[in-house]
Amino acid sequence: MANQSYDAIVVGSGISGGWAAKELTEKGMKVLLLERGPMVEHVKDYKNATKAPWEIPHRGRRTIELIENHPVLRRDYVLNELNLDWWAHEEDSPYVEKKPFNWFRGYQVGGRSLLWGRQSYRWADEDFEANLKQGIAVDWPIRYKDLEPWYSYVEKFAGIAGNKDNLEILPDGEFMPPMPLNCVEEDVAKRVNSKFNGSRAMIHARVANITQPLPGRAGCQYRNKCSLGCPFGGYFSTQASTYPAALATGNLTLRPWSIVNKIVYDKDTQKATGVEVLDGETNETIVYDAKIVFLCASALNSTAILMRSATEIWPEGLGSSSGELGHNVMDHHFRLGANGTVEGYEDKYYFGRRPGGFYIPRYRNLKGEERDYVRGFGYQGAASRSGWSRSVAELDFGASMKAELSEPGPWSIGMTAFGEILPYHENTVKLSKTEKDKWGMYVLEMDAEIKDNEKKMRVDMMNDAAEMLEAAGVKNVTTYDNGYTFGQGIHEMGTARMGRDPKSSVLNGNNQVWDAKNVFVTDGAAMTSAAAQNPSLTYMAMTARAAAFAVDELKKGNL
Amino acid sequence: MSLMNRRDALKSMVLMMGGTMVGANVILTGCAPEYQVEGLDFTEKDIAYMDEIGEAIIPATDTPGAKAAGIGTFMAMMVKETYNKEQQETFIAGLNSLHKDFKAENDTDFMDASVEERTAFLNQLKQKAKADFGEEGNKELAYINMFRDLTVLGYFTSEIGATEALRYVETPGKYDPCLEYKKGDKAWAI
Repeated sequence: MANQSYDAIVVGSGISGGWAAKELTEKGMKVLLLERGPMVEHVKDYKNATKAPWEIPHRGRRTIELIENHPVLRRDYVLNELNLDWWAHEEDSPYVEKKPFNWFRGYQVGGRSLLWGRQSYRWADEDFEANLKQGIAVDWPIRYKDLEPWYSYVEKFAGIAGNKDNLEILPDGEFMPPMPLNCVEEDVAKRVNSKFNGSRAMIHARVANITQPLPGRAGCQYRNKCSLGCPFGGYFSTQASTYPAALATGNLTLRPWSIVNKIVYDKDTQKATGVEVLDGETNETIVYDAKIVFLCASALNSTAILMRSATEIWPEGLGSSSGELGHNVMDHHFRLGANGTVEGYEDKYYFGRRPGGFYIPRYRNLKGEERDYVRGFGYQGAASRSGWSRSVAELDFGASMKAELSEPGPWSIGMTAFGEILPYHENTVKLSKTEKDKWGMYVLEMDAEIKDNEKKMRVDMMNDAAEMLEAAGVKNVTTYDNGYTFGQGIHEMGTARMGRDPKSSVLNGNNQVWDAKNVFVTDGAAMTSAAAQNPSLTYMAMTARAAAFAVDELKKGNL
Repeated sequence: MSLMNRRDALKSMVLMMGGTMVGANVILTGCAPEYQVEGLDFTEKDIAYMDEIGEAIIPATDTPGAKAAGIGTFMAMMVKETYNKEQQETFIAGLNSLHKDFKAENDTDFMDASVEERTAFLNQLKQKAKADFGEEGNKELAYINMFRDLTVLGYFTSEIGATEALRYVETPGKYDPCLEYKKGDKAWAI
């Protein structure tokens, strides 16, 4: 029996895969969208989205059983009873940590688009030019102007709430009205902006939560329960956004439980002919044919698929001829900053639970400044009044404590820095030769760490936060550094980078694998550097751009 | 030798001699067995006791207190499922020492006292711990913080606490960044 055949296969249904499926189907391609995990249906499968606090058994606290059964997930907030099903289970899908690495994955339809932080920032020219200017790694084969129209295109569809701030380092986009800063944030922002003469800017966070309705999406209801799935389509996810659009074309076939083992490569045509899938439920192996393949399986998994492909020609896998496949792993390092209390606003409060706050874009090492490290960092933060869970050690038990805790507490403000990690050739992932997952596939072995540049940057990341808060009159300012483990930013990037030369990069400027022109990688794997901004918006733009290119090339007979 | 240790020693002795456990309490007290929380299989009596501890921390005022929110059952569940072994032992030992110390000090069983008396006693214990050991308290009195923590968590996330002591709005539908607030207005539940 002949293999089932499609125009295009998209591997992975998260942010990038959803976009690839939408763009390709809308351009008339018959698309097979493969997802390694189960179906998650919009609204219906958001089982905890509308539960009241008292309907959550342990009120969000972790049980001993949960902790004991999740030695990796328990390292961070991701382990909790509310959306446990959406974080890949480490027992089924283990990995090897040659150096400590937190890998938090979403193995279901929608991937981590259901779980993401939704902060959406464009990159600037500075970010695309930095490697070249500093002689680090390789030059990006694209510049801001190449992505600019695609940023606009994806922003309009995804829906990004933000303010036009006219900053060179953080280009404005096609925004819906921003989610307002509260009174404390507003005043602190004014003071920071004036104390630093505009060289540092505290602005509205730009978030993929919609403040105006979009087709099929009512918009943000200010419940701040995004990571449980939003029945109102309040934030961009595959389920709320790209999947319905792709489905509406009539050109989409979604196949959950489809773990892609490898890309099937034909050495005569030097192209992929399709993919080999292992059914996650039945363990059956199925081969699907297609004219083009989009790998959007999340950075490290897209690379793992390449490593398992065409090994009869390149032992290290498809795209390994450059010697860069699996190298240059990046993330954002973070978990440090400062917070403090704010006085004089005891007569102010707010209504609604806003899923965002403020942002301070990068300001270090710009305009001629040279710190003892290169690149920079940005901050995310918010101000709020504390609630009943605040500590009031001096209060006696009884009616007075009850009355006190029934009212809002003091205002506090805090911010966390997110810093750029450089692409180091020696930071790698590779396939283990011994360890396998539940489905018998060799797992990834992580060998990555931050180095001197990041460690020096962390000094500024912490101290600058305190400096800005103090300059704004915030009281009791304290700094913190909760430590960082590679991968913890859940912004895995690199390992199949774009470049200008097949000898030093895996992908070209259109996200095509140099060694197989009809294979495109448009998720975090493609990143040549990391910048300091949250990366997902750039994946969206890159994917839409590559999809348009791919269809164009196909029509021209070039693929 | 503390009461606990004596009890344990007697238990072992009785067991060694092939005797029954019933005898041990009688030997100790000379009369009716003294109330003792034996472990994690909380009895109805234990739950009622924890209800009253919670009520002493968050009593009924113009809104219902922790007991009405089912705090005893909540505490029992949380201790069983979210506490590690060491924390469980601290909690159980705390229940027993509170009961014993209350009786020694007030000459009344905790369960027969008024809410005000219980609250006053817990505050006195807390003050003493702070005076002796600073803000962190000492290990023996760590259980007071556990009672407080579970009561506050259980109460303010209960339907009664969230909707009566606080203001619960499931779907705000909008964000107002700057509202006038006057003392006495309740906080948002979440």
